Amino acid sequence: MAPLNQAETTDQSAPTGQGDEAVICFDQVSKSFGDQQVLRDLSFDVTSGRTLAIMGPSGSGKSVTLRHIIGLMKPDSGRVLIEGQEVAALSSKEIAKLRIRMGYVFQEGALINWLNVGENVALPLRENSDLPDSEISDRVQEKLEMVKVPDAWNKMPAEISGGMKKRIGIARALITEPEIILYDEPNAGLDPEIARAINQIIRELGETLDVTSIVVEHRIECIKAVADEVLFLHEGGALIQTDPASFFASEHPRLKRFFGTDTP
Amino acid sequence: MSIAANFLRGLGYRVELLIATLLRLGSIVERRVLIANQMVSLGLHMTHVVLFVGLFMGMIVSLQTGIELARIGQQDQIGLIVAISMAREMGPFITATILAATSGSSIAAELGTMSVSDELAALEVMSIDKFKLLVLPRVVSLAVMCPLLTILCDTIGIVGGGLVASTQLNVGWQLYSETAIDALRPVNGWFSLPFDIYSGLLKSFIFGIIISVISCSEGLRARGGALGVGMATRSAVRDSIIYVIIANYMISQMLYEL
Repeated sequence: MAPLNQAETTDQSAPTGQGDEAVICFDQVSKSFGDQQVLRDLSFDVTSGRTLAIMGPSGSGKSVTLRHIIGLMKPDSGRVLIEGQEVAALSSKEIAKLRIRMGYVFQEGALINWLNVGENVALPLRENSDLPDSEISDRVQEKLEMVKVPDAWNKMPAEISGGMKKRIGIARALITEPEIILYDEPNAGLDPEIARAINQIIRELGETLDVTSIVVEHRIECIKAVADEVLFLHEGGALIQTDPASFFASEHPRLKRFFGTDTP
Repeated sequence: MSIAANFLRGLGYRVELLIATLLRLGSIVERRVLIANQMVSLGLHMTHVVLFVGLFMGMIVSLQTGIELARIGQQDQIGLIVAISMAREMGPFITATILAATSGSSIAAELGTMSVSDELAALEVMSIDKFKLLVLPRVVSLAVMCPLLTILCDTIGIVGGGLVASTQLNVGWQLYSETAIDALRPVNGWFSLPFDIYSGLLKSFIFGIIISVISCSEGLRARGGALGVGMATRSAVRDSIIYVIIANYMISQMLYEL
């Protein structure tokens, strides 16, 4: 089945977000790498304070979608808008300012290996603000407590587990108090217990900080735990965007094939 | 054609990286701790290697040259020749080669690993200037440490040459040291050292910049996991040595044809 250019929703007339304001908007975005087209006229939006989960098979363009939002990639055609600003049209200074308002949690944490945990979390503030050391330290400790690793400050990235790296990555993304947080496969490589703990942190952050989030993830448990909406990518386009209950109840043959429920 | 295009692309990126670094020289004081750390790890930790290789190079120069000088009865000039050779050519080149193979490969591997593990992308999404944080400290530290290590290499090479001269060439230690010191004696006060010393130090300063810029550029452009890091490291060492040799010739031509 060919993907739809505009994602199907369960009720097109119903507002998808709490405030109806699209914070992130993809408008007919296409992206190719050589002969391989990864995104094909992808359109969707995320409203303020909502958590959108992006699902799809490997190679369907989930991480590429995230990298367009943060400005690490530019679309071949179409537009990516953040609060109405087209990301590709921003100057390098403007995009730097925009990024400070966004947090990005990498798949493997991407902690700077020669800095300890505390310095990793403090890095965005040390480099981009004039805050005194004492205030930076207080904020770092607060974020470490928020992700439930209050004693990790002096540990080096090589000494900590994958789950802890994810938590530190989240703490680092939170340190600038962003309005948008992007999570790239937060459950990848984690055992179910640690994955549940990470999902709980993501859920709590969404509820307490009222941030707009996008979570790229394969795991159904994660989607159920954190998402307000789910977008399924198929062949580079948006196949469906709807709430988790409708998504998992969908009879769409592509989704049934993805979940392995298409055969008796 | 693709080889030429790749070469030009690589050269362009290195020039761009050098300019970006020069434009950030104002941040040297702010980055002093990082620079000091890099001076220790990229320079100071290589001291024993430079001393060891420098000692043997001085001995080789002394032995090879001394045998020929003895045939024409001029072996008493061996101190002068070893001193000039080490200061003008051997010291800067040997030090640069050692630093390319050790510190250069270390820079490329470290930055390459950061690149393939998304650490550089993380810096970018946090709006952190990678040139200030990663490149400037490495370039400044090697630009400083390369001349300092060259002075050590020159000194130990001259001492090594003296050991060979006094034990195998029948040139007394006193005669050797007098001729060597004469060759490098200040012409007019201590700030008027012979031109050979200045030219050697200028070369090593430029070699330090070449090695660090090439190694940083290869590391920052590494892609494709461990294989990519390996290729970046190999390219960094290979290109650093090639560029050092070319620069050596060009600087020598400019300085000694004046």
